[in-house]
Amino acid sequence: MEKKWFTISVYSENSVGLLNRISGIFLKRHINIESLNVSKSEIDNVSKFTIVVYTTEDWVRNIVGQVEKQIEVIKAFYHTDEEIIYQESAVFKIDSSLLFDERNIQNIIKDSHSQIVTVSRDFFVLAKSGRRNEIDEMYQQLKPYGIMQFVRSGRIAVSKSEMQISAILKEFNQ
Amino acid sequence: METLKKEKVELENQKSLRISGAEAIIHCLLAEGVDLIYGYPGGAIMPFYDELYKFQDKLTHVLTRHEQGATHAAQGYARVTGKVGVAVATSGPGATNLVTGLADAQIDSTPMVCITGQVPRELLGSDAFQETDIIGISTPVTKWNCQVTNASEIPEVLAKAFYIARSGRPGPVLVDITKNAQFEEFDFSYSYCKGVRSFTPYPKPDPKSIEIAADLINSAKKPLIVFGQGVILGEAEEQLKALVEKAGIPAAWTILGLSAMDTKHPLNVGMVGMHGNYAPNVLTNECDVLIAIGMRFDDRVTGSLATYAKQAKVIHFDIDPAEISKNVKADVAVLGNAKDTLELILPLVKPNKHEAWHNEFKKKYEVEFEQVIKNDVYPTKEKLTMAEVMEEINIASGHKAIIVSDVGQHQMIACRYAKFKQTKSNVTSGGLGTMGFALPAAIGAKMGAMDREVVAIIGDGGYQMTIQELGTIFQNKTPVKIVVLNNEHLGMVRQWQELFFESRYASTVMVNPDFVKIAEGYSIQAKRISERKDLKATIQEMMASKDAYFLEVCVEKEDNVFPMVPSGASVSDIRLK
Repeated sequence: MEKKWFTISVYSENSVGLLNRISGIFLKRHINIESLNVSKSEIDNVSKFTIVVYTTEDWVRNIVGQVEKQIEVIKAFYHTDEEIIYQESAVFKIDSSLLFDERNIQNIIKDSHSQIVTVSRDFFVLAKSGRRNEIDEMYQQLKPYGIMQFVRSGRIAVSKSEMQISAILKEFNQ
Repeated sequence: METLKKEKVELENQKSLRISGAEAIIHCLLAEGVDLIYGYPGGAIMPFYDELYKFQDKLTHVLTRHEQGATHAAQGYARVTGKVGVAVATSGPGATNLVTGLADAQIDSTPMVCITGQVPRELLGSDAFQETDIIGISTPVTKWNCQVTNASEIPEVLAKAFYIARSGRPGPVLVDITKNAQFEEFDFSYSYCKGVRSFTPYPKPDPKSIEIAADLINSAKKPLIVFGQGVILGEAEEQLKALVEKAGIPAAWTILGLSAMDTKHPLNVGMVGMHGNYAPNVLTNECDVLIAIGMRFDDRVTGSLATYAKQAKVIHFDIDPAEISKNVKADVAVLGNAKDTLELILPLVKPNKHEAWHNEFKKKYEVEFEQVIKNDVYPTKEKLTMAEVMEEINIASGHKAIIVSDVGQHQMIACRYAKFKQTKSNVTSGGLGTMGFALPAAIGAKMGAMDREVVAIIGDGGYQMTIQELGTIFQNKTPVKIVVLNNEHLGMVRQWQELFFESRYASTVMVNPDFVKIAEGYSIQAKRISERKDLKATIQEMMASKDAYFLEVCVEKEDNVFPMVPSGASVSDIRLK
């Protein structure tokens, strides 16, 4: 079966140890997590994990079943890239002198639609949100001038179709 | 679980009580209907043991000789009673010694709550004496686990622990309680956990899927049922029998499904899997509808998945959605507790007999009888076989005993040849294959079913992995019958070496001690036999004994267990020799 990129969305209680439990499911199957993000969700007191893996649909279905089985997981879904709207964020720390000495830097900032977060005497910080390839492109453009620090976040995504978490929780409350 | 004990009612009536966390643990256990726990004390769990001392009349604690023994005893107890087994240990090594039992209970869906002591909250993360991250360690082998660092959390967490352990597909739960939480005093009150919003233990059966399943069953010419422990855990034995009889479907069992249906029932066609019976294995690949009930298509059952039941439509009844199409793709999934789903499908199923199809099972049984069973159970060779020992136990017990087996050749023989009339009578480590399981599990089984005979059947290898539990039997005067089938080898590994590693017997020859003397050291009546003429009388003597009894039977050293589906082969390529 063909390997693809899948984005797994997990709605869960916010409890200590659940991250370990979920990551263990991937570990047991020797599947690498390409990116992981944990945040609050659209529902009060419900957390959302967004996990990206490169694997087959059989495996992702198996994993989602095992994830959903965990006591503190409310519901888990998986989607292909076509079924979601997704983004990543990156932050670049760059030497301030380049802003003045290298003309092209300003073009890169403009063309990439990135934001200058802060400027100090020694360095300035650029933030960029977008798809992985857009961030990679910006990285490649800045690299020749020297990047002091770089970091990119995990993928965050919303699905085009509905994820009916509220309905599940409502049913429980009845 | 529905029968609330008096204790519970009293507790619900009292508003609150200022007590220590340690005492609270005991009240929680009593409230959950626990009257027997297994464990081993140590530093971080001492406050609990100190309180236990005051509650000896209400809560019996059985001191095992190793924490692993405590878990297996709790498992044995849970498996025969259907109740939650409880094991207690201290932090550090006490806690890590629970891991094998937790993993065993996890893979065999056994309800168990383990309580561990932990270093005081202020020492967490300091690498304190006997500190270990048991939450981290036990995560992959528990259904749920939780660390408690404040006394006030104890009631809610323990209520949730018991609820989770027993609800839906059962499993083990570990609660780690820091020492300070055991000492702290707080206002105790208890309320039962009635649900967890993120946990759906009993999926609602879908009438549509039941209808489709019934249609498939009704139109089947060669249907085959394979049932597993889900029938026992869901208490669906009657419903299974009714379905089998009404629709006239041959029914085979997985190792953990054994005893859910009378082994002598004419529609019971035996065990599937690696050392299962010839007919159900071969005919799995000839049936047109395979009806799996409360089983999980373990690789020991299916052999090569690429060639497993490819010709059949598969109906999978299970309580756990994650099992559907995990290993074998289900054409129809019927989610829910087996008792409920089978009850719903029964009226939709049309009476049938499938006589020609049955005859195929009978014919294949004859083949197996001639080539395997006859030689196993009624041997003509000089040395004793494991199967004839099992058969004598069947005769002496009238098919009424609980059989607890360890892991290896003797286990396969015990499960192939043991006869059962009653459910929850077969206790064995199926999924994990834990050598050393049987002796402590037999202790728990006996304590859970004092009115029944409990016979542990163990190999000379596995016996020595938890032999220290003879001390528990001695101290508690637990009247279990222990049969060691001694072939002076790690028999199953030796068999594989013979068949697949050109008889290179690497580290499988055992030089054993005098087992009779060891048992006698614990004041357990003990006997060794090696001749056929002594077998019947000795087994009768053993079964008649009111006390614990140890019997060593010296059996043929290099016997092999057949039939056998070699690892990775198709079930239809099962070998008879």
